[in-house]
Amino acid sequence: MIKIDNLHKNFEKLEVLKGINTGIKEGEVVAIIGPSGSGKSTLLRCINLLEQPTEGSIWINGEEITSKKTNILKVRAKVGMVFQHFHLFPHKTVLQNLTYAPIKVKGLTKKEAEGKGRDLLQRVGLAEKADEYPSRLSGGQKQRVAIARALAMDPEVMLFDEPTSALDPEMVKEVLEVMKSLAHTGMTMAIVTHEMGFAREVADRVLFLDGGQLVEDAKPSEFFSSPKTQRAKDFLEKIL
Amino acid sequence: MNLDFSRVTPSLPYILEGIYITLQVVALAALLGFALGIILSLFKISSIKPLNWLADFYTSIFRGTPLVLQLMLIYFGSPQVFGIQIEPFTAAFLSFGLNSAAYISEIIRAGILAVDKGQKEAAVALGVPYRKMMTDIILPQAMKNILPALMNEMITLTKESAVVTIIGLNDIMRRAYIVGGQSYRFFEPILIAGLVYYVLVMILTIAGKLVERRMRRSD
Repeated sequence: MIKIDNLHKNFEKLEVLKGINTGIKEGEVVAIIGPSGSGKSTLLRCINLLEQPTEGSIWINGEEITSKKTNILKVRAKVGMVFQHFHLFPHKTVLQNLTYAPIKVKGLTKKEAEGKGRDLLQRVGLAEKADEYPSRLSGGQKQRVAIARALAMDPEVMLFDEPTSALDPEMVKEVLEVMKSLAHTGMTMAIVTHEMGFAREVADRVLFLDGGQLVEDAKPSEFFSSPKTQRAKDFLEKIL
Repeated sequence: MNLDFSRVTPSLPYILEGIYITLQVVALAALLGFALGIILSLFKISSIKPLNWLADFYTSIFRGTPLVLQLMLIYFGSPQVFGIQIEPFTAAFLSFGLNSAAYISEIIRAGILAVDKGQKEAAVALGVPYRKMMTDIILPQAMKNILPALMNEMITLTKESAVVTIIGLNDIMRRAYIVGGQSYRFFEPILIAGLVYYVLVMILTIAGKLVERRMRRSD
């Protein structure tokens, strides 16, 4: 479903991604892990073109999104993104956060969008918060709303950029539960995470990045019990 | 001190009628200044360099010369530049509006830059086009932050509008001055004009606070 070919990304002189080749199949849940500065987030952000790749190409469903002819907005509307710091729209209520893009980008009527928004809030367990402003929510609740907001666009793939890293420890679980149930619905997901337990339990594949290179690409059971490279071994030793 | 309002009171309605003129000038200038200010601020944050230069040049001209000079240039220069003498009223709101736009564009630019860049990313990631992102997501948040500064600009505008006296527009200030000339007493009518300006500014201040409170609803 997603194919990444020789992806390079430089920031000025700094080479963050040094030729990544990989792919994500439909319905697959991929955990992207690695030390900080390894290029995990940059890789994720290239998939919806929040970062323009310096070189290489990315295909989503057979369409090359890195081609100049591609309508970037259309690509982004199909790719849901969840950020570390939520980025909910603070001047809109929870429900308005969910309905804004479907109305303005996909052209849904207000009624359709609200019906759908309420269903999604139900799904992430926040139906009663529909008319609150984000400032009244806890971190975990905000992130669940952010996930619902991304889902409201009916994305074909969901990207998560360290979705639990900004949360208090007691709120991590509620967000992971929502993500887990999303994975069970067959959603294609790419998750940059430091939650190794979650990666091991939910992911179908683990991509281990280090120094801008894809160092290992393995099933979680293999990766966590017997990593092939020394770099992965060192990394796992430090965090487990 | 001998204050004698008795000779001025018959002219009080005449002075107060000036409020209408002053408010019209201020309201039109504010609308013009705000609309043009938004456009200029978007030019300033644009990635297209010539737009940056254009907006910066505009700002430097209108901030770099006195307001009263701009007013006189527009009023007295219009026959030579456009071949027609424009009305004092038109010259007044044009010059104040154009001048105000320079200041407002700086205020709005700062307000836009102060909005968390995650907001832009979130909108962009949802496929929201630039224009809608600006009008629906970024500008409303910027406005909330800059409301006090905008209120300041409105207050300045209201008071500065008194310089239209110089091109003969019958605003509060000029009427007070005329009454002074007729009654040979300047102190009292000008005191009255001062009070009127003060009350106008107070009303603006209170209105601004109400709007601000309403905008802070989501906090």
